[in-house]
Formats: sequence, structure tokens, C-alpha cells
Amino acid sequence: MLSQELVTENYNKGFINKIETFGSVDGPGVRFVIFFQGCNMRCKYCHNPETWAKSCGETTIWSAKKLFDMAWKYHNYWGTNLDKGGITASGGEPLIQIDFLIELFSIAKSYGVHTAIDTSGQPFSRDKAYLEKFDKLMSLTDLFIVDIKAFDTNLHKKLTGVGNENILDMIKYLSDNGKHMWIRRVLVPNLTDGEEDLKVTSSFIKSLKTVDKVEILPYHTLGVFKWKKLNIPYSLEGYNSPTEEEIIRAENLLEIKN
Amino acid sequence: MEIYDAWNGFKCRIWKEEVNVRDFIQANYTPYEGDSSFLVEPTEATNILWGKLKELQKQERAKGGVLECETEIVSGLTAYGPGYIDESTKDLEKVVGLQTDKPLKRAFMPYGGIKMAQEACSTYGYTANSKFDKIFNEYCKTHNQGVFDAYTAEMRRARHSHIITGLPDTYGRGRIVGDYRRVALYGIDALIAEKQKDFENCGCGIMTDDVIRLREEITMQIKALKGMKEMANIYGYDISKPANNAREAVQWLYFGYLAAIKTQNGAAMSVGRISTFLDIYIERDLKNGTLTETEAQELIDHLVMKFRMVKFARIPSYNQLFTGDPVWATLELAGIGMDGRSMVTKNDYRFLHTLENMGPSPEPNLTILYSSKLPENFKKYAAEISIRTSSVQYENDDVMKPVWGDDYSICCCVSATQTGKEIQFFGARANLAKCLLYAINGGVDEKTHEQVAPMYAPITSEYLDYDEVMKKYDVMMEWLAGLYVNTLNLIHYMHDKYYYEAAEMALIDTDVRRTFATGIAGFSHVVDSLSAIKYAKVKVIRDEIGLAVDYETEGDFPKYGNDDDRADDIACWLLKTFIDKVKHYHTYRNSEATTSILTITSNVVYGKATGALPNGRKAWTPFSPGANPSYGAEQNGLLASLNSVAKLPYHWALDGISNTQTINPSALGHSEDEQSKNLVQIMDGYFDQGAHHLNVNVFGVEKLIDCMEHPEKEEYANFTIRVSGYAVKFIDLTKEQQLDVIARTCHGKL
Repeated sequence: MLSQELVTENYNKGFINKIETFGSVDGPGVRFVIFFQGCNMRCKYCHNPETWAKSCGETTIWSAKKLFDMAWKYHNYWGTNLDKGGITASGGEPLIQIDFLIELFSIAKSYGVHTAIDTSGQPFSRDKAYLEKFDKLMSLTDLFIVDIKAFDTNLHKKLTGVGNENILDMIKYLSDNGKHMWIRRVLVPNLTDGEEDLKVTSSFIKSLKTVDKVEILPYHTLGVFKWKKLNIPYSLEGYNSPTEEEIIRAENLLEIKN
Repeated sequence: MEIYDAWNGFKCRIWKEEVNVRDFIQANYTPYEGDSSFLVEPTEATNILWGKLKELQKQERAKGGVLECETEIVSGLTAYGPGYIDESTKDLEKVVGLQTDKPLKRAFMPYGGIKMAQEACSTYGYTANSKFDKIFNEYCKTHNQGVFDAYTAEMRRARHSHIITGLPDTYGRGRIVGDYRRVALYGIDALIAEKQKDFENCGCGIMTDDVIRLREEITMQIKALKGMKEMANIYGYDISKPANNAREAVQWLYFGYLAAIKTQNGAAMSVGRISTFLDIYIERDLKNGTLTETEAQELIDHLVMKFRMVKFARIPSYNQLFTGDPVWATLELAGIGMDGRSMVTKNDYRFLHTLENMGPSPEPNLTILYSSKLPENFKKYAAEISIRTSSVQYENDDVMKPVWGDDYSICCCVSATQTGKEIQFFGARANLAKCLLYAINGGVDEKTHEQVAPMYAPITSEYLDYDEVMKKYDVMMEWLAGLYVNTLNLIHYMHDKYYYEAAEMALIDTDVRRTFATGIAGFSHVVDSLSAIKYAKVKVIRDEIGLAVDYETEGDFPKYGNDDDRADDIACWLLKTFIDKVKHYHTYRNSEATTSILTITSNVVYGKATGALPNGRKAWTPFSPGANPSYGAEQNGLLASLNSVAKLPYHWALDGISNTQTINPSALGHSEDEQSKNLVQIMDGYFDQGAHHLNVNVFGVEKLIDCMEHPEKEEYANFTIRVSGYAVKFIDLTKEQQLDVIARTCHGKL
């Protein structure tokens, strides 16, 4: 177990929940996915609630170099073509450990590795000190994978515990800085599939310049057992995974072309 | 040799002066770099015939797995008149020839063992004619009897306790691939003439055992070649001369294979590397305008249909070892030539396309000789077919080619032999996990309590000490290797004597190279157990007579399958140690000893006979198959698991290192395009590290569970999955094995 002191004192150490050597949906190609520990959002459908706390029983501590060395063992699976794979920082919320992330991606970039961050955007702010770091990270990151869990900030708050103003701001900031993005929406029927919300999301996306892909992630209940294990009440009891038709409807509203 | 008109348009000369199919292929094949868009739909004839065959397969299943058994006629080249899928549609069959007079009817093949042949009949409600009892017990003898007449008491004990299991002493050893292409390229007469020359040149005049035996064998081969001509004649074909066109080439080649499966019920009856060879004939006809693409595909579809029909009558104990009625009609595609040219031809696409034209199927056991340097289009197509059918396996051409050249065939599930130049003595496997328990218990079997191995001093301490265990394991392994090799020596002596593969050997060079294939079972469990002893604390639980029966392991330890060198180094050590020990011993006919980490489905049977292990595996539960990591050991995902397996050097296990992985389609990517690209990426990464083999299954566990509960659903009739080194229809597995497959790691991701 780790103490809180460790987290704050040893800044440049990475607190990692889990490593998956083979990811194929969190960025292009074959990905080495690092699930960072800690997240400030409390999404009702989260399928990794074990990554919320700053640390848990499974947390391991890494130096950026060590973690990169481990990832590099898989570089021959990443290929060399256009769909080149690489490293994806996911979680949890990787931006909470931005200093570590900068160090990790600096090494990755020195090896020419494709880097992606799967982020909720929640830690983003225009605070000067923060933005300096964020700019540095942005220069080291090839792809941002971001969620617009809901466009309406009240719905967003209901869904995740926080409003989305700074998240939409981050997305705009990324677009203004020419950063490539994938935008995703977790689709929970009767919760995140409102016509109006999807439509405004779509026009917002259209106003952006650097979106490579928009995806629907159908809500699933495969992570519910984790909530039970952690003794956290699960509030989406009774909500179902979307049907094929519901997915197509949402894709149409978001104007996703397949 | 004579020059034939049938060879018009074919280049080069060495292959015309001696039997040399490889030279013919290299000089004449046309590499294909394009995509799959040239492929065509099945013809009406194909649909009709395949429809009839599917109906027969349904009846077969309804009758408990066997449609009909022969009880009156001993199988042989000319034992039957012609047989067709259906008499009324026989003109639709572009490739003809059945093992018996009826489709899916199982021949009576007593030479491996008369008792087994009778038991195979009675298991399915048939009774073999009683005259065979007298003939094969009193007038002559069969392989199985020969073996048991000579076994030592120690061999019988080891067999009984399952420290060595699956031995080919109750069934045909198989794994000998005749070069069936020779029949098409040269015709039977030229092959007889060559063998006659060999007969005349055999020996220097001094009649040693070797010379006498070989002379007798060559005569048997010539007799078999003559028999093949007669067999073809029954179907109205004269195969004495070379095939004139593609259709004849396919038919001639198939007659060669048919001769093998009419005379041998070997555990594996591979077809061999025929795809590129046949493409040469097809290309010539396409150019001449005497064949269309539709007709070419039809030929391949019909040939494959025949391979899907190969059946043998088996006994229940065999079926437990090798479930799902496999015959390993293994057939290779792709590969890279010694000169660096891709050997992918249009025909390699056509063979894969049979899985679309006629749906998935376990046989023939389609094997792609993989290299990251294969044409991208072909890799992508193969991956698409894998994702759709889970019916294909991949083997690393880059590691096999330096050892076996560019004309090797896979003679069983994963083992290579040079086509027409080599054979392999198949040797099942030694249970190295049980061997570890014998080291701890001083040679007393944990299940039978018999003293099976020599009475070496057992370990008596409460906690296992790594150095002490390693010392004792080393001597126990030495004992096992010696006993194992000698048991196999005896078996293969008897097989040569009583069940010689004359038809297959007639299509192989007389001066043949032989390998001696041993194997390892329980691999990952030994590695993890030794790791537990080294890195954690293992307490021994003993029963009232002092036998170690269980283990309590305190603390964590590195496990094989996580790309952790601490465990993976033990894995490499274990493999090297075992093969070195095997090589200490004399092998029959001076064959070259190899080993494999490959269990087929026997991991369930071996596990059932093996007690608890220090890695936490419970007593009498299945082993993980082949070189797969232990159940639940993999913590870091698919690629970490692949990297661990890839560390095992192929040249220490030339008989093969089998790895079976199941990937959930959604974990492979969202769209089909993404999925196939990612699968190619995985294989490039894996094989570029020198890994040997990969079975790729793409489906979710939900599908397996549904199939187990609803086997009657139409969609599951031919639902095929890859197991260690071969493919089976999931509904043909025993419930126990189905549960085992379901329990194995499925690489999905939440």
C-alpha cells in the first residue's frame, strides 16, 4: 500500500493501476496502454472504478524510464505503416500526473514512438503555470482521445460529478493548436442519447478543425462487478446497453460516416 | 528419365533428370502480389456436393460421431470398387476417390492393432467379422502386439502411470508425408523405375540388417506404386504417366494421398505443401485458355472437400487424447523461397477461399507459413479469413526455412519435415510435471502410489529448497528421457516391421533422413512451480504415508507468460535441459532427436493423471495446452504472453512450439479493417522475434458458452476453433474439453 505522502512528495514517479500490452481501440494500431491511477470524475458508467483513488492495492510505482523500457519491449508489434501503433496513456486520468507524463512521452518521442492520451479533460485549465506544462505535453503527444460525455453541463455534472466548461475549452484549445483528436461519446440509452444534446455536440465537433474520428462507445455492464467488489453503489441499475438501431440513430445524429 | 509432352511449357532441367519437385516449383511458379478480388464464388456443382456432404455430416453426428464402419473388408489400395459422395451426382465430382465404397464410411484397418480395430467397431455398435480374430492373432501379428511382446516392466509402469502417454503403440504413428506431387509430375511408371534403380544400388553386397531391411522395404514400395495404378484404374484413370493438365494434376496428386489414407490410419495424415505446385499447372492452363478461374476454384474446392471427408475408426482412449475426430490433413500455404521470392500464388488464395465458399472447417488443417515479408495483401486476406473462421494456423517460415529449406511440409499439427526427403518418428510426449513430482516423492507415483521411477531419495523437508529440488529433478529427468527414448525405439522398430508405410515411403526418397520427435507435456506448470520454489516459499503437505500431495505457496512469484525474464529463463532452461538429455540416448535407425512443446488436446488427459503442483495448480486438473502459459498466469495481456513464448528458441524444439490464443473480436479493433490490420501487426511482431507457431481464434467466450448449451443451432454445425496445433468443430469436443477451452484465457479487454 502507498501513503498519501509518497504521491505528493515523489512527483516524478508514475502511479499506475494496470498495464495492457495489447490494446487496439485506444488509438491507431496496436497500443501499449498504461492505465494511470487516480481520477477526479465519478462517471456513473465508469468501467474502471478501481482507478479512481490516488492509489489502491494494485497500484505500482514506476519511473518514466522503466515504464518506457517495458513498453519498448513491444515496439515490434507497432509496425511502421500509416496505422502505426504506440503508447496510449489512459486511466484513471493521466493528466493528473502531467509531470510524469511529460517525462514519459519525452523519452517515447526520442524513440519516435506514436503517443496518445485518452483523457477526460477534467484537469484542464487556462491557468498559466498549468498551460505551460500542457503546451509541453501537447508538443509530445500525437493524438488526444477525448470524451464529450454530454454537451449540456448540467447533464454532464449529473453524469460525472463535474461540469464540462473546461473540458470543451480544452478541446477547442487542442483544435486551435492543430492537435489531432478522436472524440467519443459513451451511449447510454435514456441518459446520454438525447436528440438535442447529440445535435449540439455534432455542431460543436463541426466547428473543430482537427477531429480525425468520432466514435460511439456503446454502454456495457461488463465493469459492474468491479463496483460491487469495491462496495460502491451502482446507480445505473436498470439502464441497458444500446441496441444496434440506437447506435445507428446516435451515429446519424452525430453525423458519423461509416 | 524420359521427357514427356505433359511437361511442355515447364522450364529448367534438373527436375527432369531426377525426382526433384522442389526444383520444378522454383523454376516454374508465378508469385502473386495482388489482392483477393480475383476469387470467385462456388459453382453449382460445388454447392450441390457440399450440401450433400453437410447432410451426411449431420447424420454422422446424429449417430454418435460415426456414420458407418466396415466390418468385412480389410482396407487396402484396391479393396473397394469406386465410391462417390452420391452415385447420382458423381459426374459433378471434379476430384474422385473415397477411402471406402461410401462417403464417411470408416475402413477396417487392423495392422496397427487388431484389438483396437475391433474395439473401434464395437464402440459404435458394429462387430468386425470374427475371421479377423484368427487371421490377425494366429496367422499374422499386428504392430500393437509386437510392441507389447517386447515392452519391459518399467515401460509398462511408466505408460500406466501416464508419465509417458499418448504413445503410438495402439494406433498408427502417422506423421509421414508422401510427396504426393510426384504422382502428378512424373506419373507412377517413372517413380517405379527410379525405385528399381535404388533397389539395384542398395547395399554393397554385404547383407547387414540395414541393407536387408531396406531392400525389403523398397520392394514393398514398388508394390504399393503398382497398387496405386490399379486403384486409380478402378476410377477410370491411368496415372502411369505424368498429368497433362491442372485437372489431372489435382486428381493424380489426390490419388497419391488416397493411397496413404487407404493403407494407414496414422495419427496425422498430412497432405503437404501442394498449393504452389498445383498453381503452376493452373497458371499454364489459364494461359492456354483451357481453364477458367471458376473451374480452377472448383478444382480446389472439390479437392478440399475430399480432405474434409477423411475418416478413421478410432477407439475411445484415442479420442480422449485427440478429440474432435482430427486426421491432421495438414496443408501448407505461402512461405518465402530460399531466393527471397514470396511463394504466395493465386492458389494460396484459392485454398483460403474454400473457407468462404464452403464455410469454416477443421480439415484440411490449413497452415500459413508466415513471414512479415509475405505480400501485405496476402497477410491481410489471411487475417480476414482467421477473423471470420478461426480455421487457420500460422507457423514462422523465417525460423523453419534455415533448418528445412523452402520445400518442407508440416507432418502433423506443427512439425516440419522436408517434403519427400525426410520422415519423422512420432513420439507423443513425456509428462515433465509428473517428473517433478517424482523428483519430490522419490519416484513414487502420486496417484497410483506405485514405485514407477527408481527409488531415488525423496525430499523430506517441510519447505522446498530450490537447489535440492533442481538436483533431484535433474536426475529424475535423466531417467525419464532414457526410458522415453527407448520406449519409442521399440515402438518404431515394431511399426516398421508390422505396419510399414509402403505407399507413403514410395513417394519419398529411398535415402531418407529421419527425425525422432519427442515432446513435453506440463511445460508451463513446471516453469511456474520452479519459479514458486525459487522466488516464494513452498510448503509441502504430506499424506499419512509421507507422500507429498499438495503445496502451500506463500508470497508472489514470477510466472511464465508475463514477459518476465525470471520465469522465462526457467522456461528456456527446462527446454534445453530436456532436449540435451534426450540427445544422450541412441535413437532407432540413427534418427535425429528433436522435441516439441505441443500437447494437442491431450493436456486434459495428462492433467487428469497428475497431482497438485507447487505453482498452485490443483490435482487432476488440465494442463495448459502446448507452450501456453498456465491458466490465469497472464497478467499483462496478449503481447506479454506472446513475448514469453517467443523467447523459447525454436532450434531447441525443432518439432514445434505450439501456442493457442483466443482473442475477442472487439478487443482486436472496432471495424473489420482495423481487426485484420491489427492481427497482421500482432503476427509480424510475434514472428519477427523468432516465435514458431500461433493458433488464432477470434470469438468471444459468450459464443463458446452458447454453442456448448445449444449445439443443435445450425450456425454451430461447422463452428471451428483452433486447439493446440489443429482445429476441431467445437461441438465435437467432450464436455470436459469444452469447459477447458472456455476456462482458458480469452484475451478481451474491459
